[in-house]
Amino acid sequence: MDIFKIIDDFQKIDGDAAGRIEYATRRHFMNRIGSKLATVAIPTVFASIVNKAYAQSAKAVDVLNYALTLEYLEDEFYKAGNAAAGLIPASDKVIFTQIGKHETQHVAFLVKALGAKAIKKPTFDFKYGGAFADVFTNYKTFVTVSSALEDTGVRAYKGQAGELLADPQILEYALQVHSVEARHAAIARRLAATVTANPAMKGWITGKEGAVPAIYAGEDNLTQGGVNLKGLASKSDAAISEAFDEPLTKEAVLAIAGPFIKA
Amino acid sequence: MKSKNNSEEKAGEITSVVNRRLFLRSAGLATSLGTIVLSAACNDDDPDPMIPGTGDAVDLGTGDVGVLNYAYALEQLEAAFYTQVIATPYAGMTDAEKTILTDIRDHEVIHRDFFKTALGDKAIKGLTPNFAAIDFTKRDAVLGAAKLFEDTGVAAYNGAGKLIKDGGYLLLAGKIVSVEARHAAVIRDLINPKSADFAGDDIINGDGFDKAVAPADILAAVKGYVKDTITGANVGK
Repeated sequence: MDIFKIIDDFQKIDGDAAGRIEYATRRHFMNRIGSKLATVAIPTVFASIVNKAYAQSAKAVDVLNYALTLEYLEDEFYKAGNAAAGLIPASDKVIFTQIGKHETQHVAFLVKALGAKAIKKPTFDFKYGGAFADVFTNYKTFVTVSSALEDTGVRAYKGQAGELLADPQILEYALQVHSVEARHAAIARRLAATVTANPAMKGWITGKEGAVPAIYAGEDNLTQGGVNLKGLASKSDAAISEAFDEPLTKEAVLAIAGPFIKA
Repeated sequence: MKSKNNSEEKAGEITSVVNRRLFLRSAGLATSLGTIVLSAACNDDDPDPMIPGTGDAVDLGTGDVGVLNYAYALEQLEAAFYTQVIATPYAGMTDAEKTILTDIRDHEVIHRDFFKTALGDKAIKGLTPNFAAIDFTKRDAVLGAAKLFEDTGVAAYNGAGKLIKDGGYLLLAGKIVSVEARHAAVIRDLINPKSADFAGDDIINGDGFDKAVAPADILAAVKGYVKDTITGANVGK
């Protein structure tokens, strides 16, 4: 497509050219693409556009590589779990196959979007320095870590939304992945509730209810938009905390994910 | 028949595949319940419950206020729906289901009241829902409608994100959309337990992305469920 070549040519002269293209023009272009092309062609085209016209801003590249780190982590985790003989009971296999499929798709999209700027896949230690030593032999541990990873993913993406205000299309992609992670989190939490016989664990997060305390720090927050909602609509603190998921900063997420990453 | 013609015209105006699918699913829900609606209509005070938009005209407004009012409108519909679900439980609702649906009702009521408070005197009026097409006595009908509302809510917030100019409001939308996605996953798991449907291929694309749908198309998809005529042409502008 000529538009790609044009952007490429600009890039050769001015590395930041894509960033200088008018947002309105870009959005118009995206809308046209979205309505004219068949569904199958859209992912590839979108990825190309991200690569060539958006991911050039340093901030967006940082956010996407951060996302890629977490997606690599999740992808490798489910690949290992789904491949481990006798770990996941037959009844739950379809769930983890579906989750794993999405993580692989997220990695593929981000790698394509970032192009040469994509980070290399880190080496992981899913035993978390020994804390989850039996993660691929004990289903209880596996489900627990899964729910923790998914909830962390939700918090991580949410924490980056504000960083993408100037990159509307990347923001939208991030939101589209964010809600998929939330769907994963809800189902993993429900499995964890059953497997660990913990009825306090629901698809949504009550207070700080979750497998690994550090991951849920601040989830019990009742103040939204600067207003303490305690007592709103005569609902309980538990319900109010459930109604809002809380973000985590990149630093907090990397501190949590750190022990999973060997190099 | 009038509403059916309106629906077909509306469908013709919508160009994107995503939006057409959302709309068709919404229309399909109403159609599949059409016979039940006819019998239920006898007990309804409203002379013609199938004609949407017989209430007031409601303009969501411009800019970030418009986006917040848009969210407020959707949360009003969700809150009203689940309030009805709990007030008149469907036949055979288990304790576990009741707990889940009560939780969701509370979340939606909290979202609704939060937006109302946050918007203050810029808030739109309380909307009049039209759930005549939903048979609240039947599990399939209620959970099917819940799935539609939750998936639509997720797609709506995802599509509205880039229209928000203020980082604080964007974060708030982010805090709520993931809860809506949790609802969607759990409702889908109630409908088809232990399946891939919680994040099914019918809603998640080949890049592993959830839907993101623009306000105009969401409003078209839900117009059958509200009596007021909602205008969102300037949301985010």
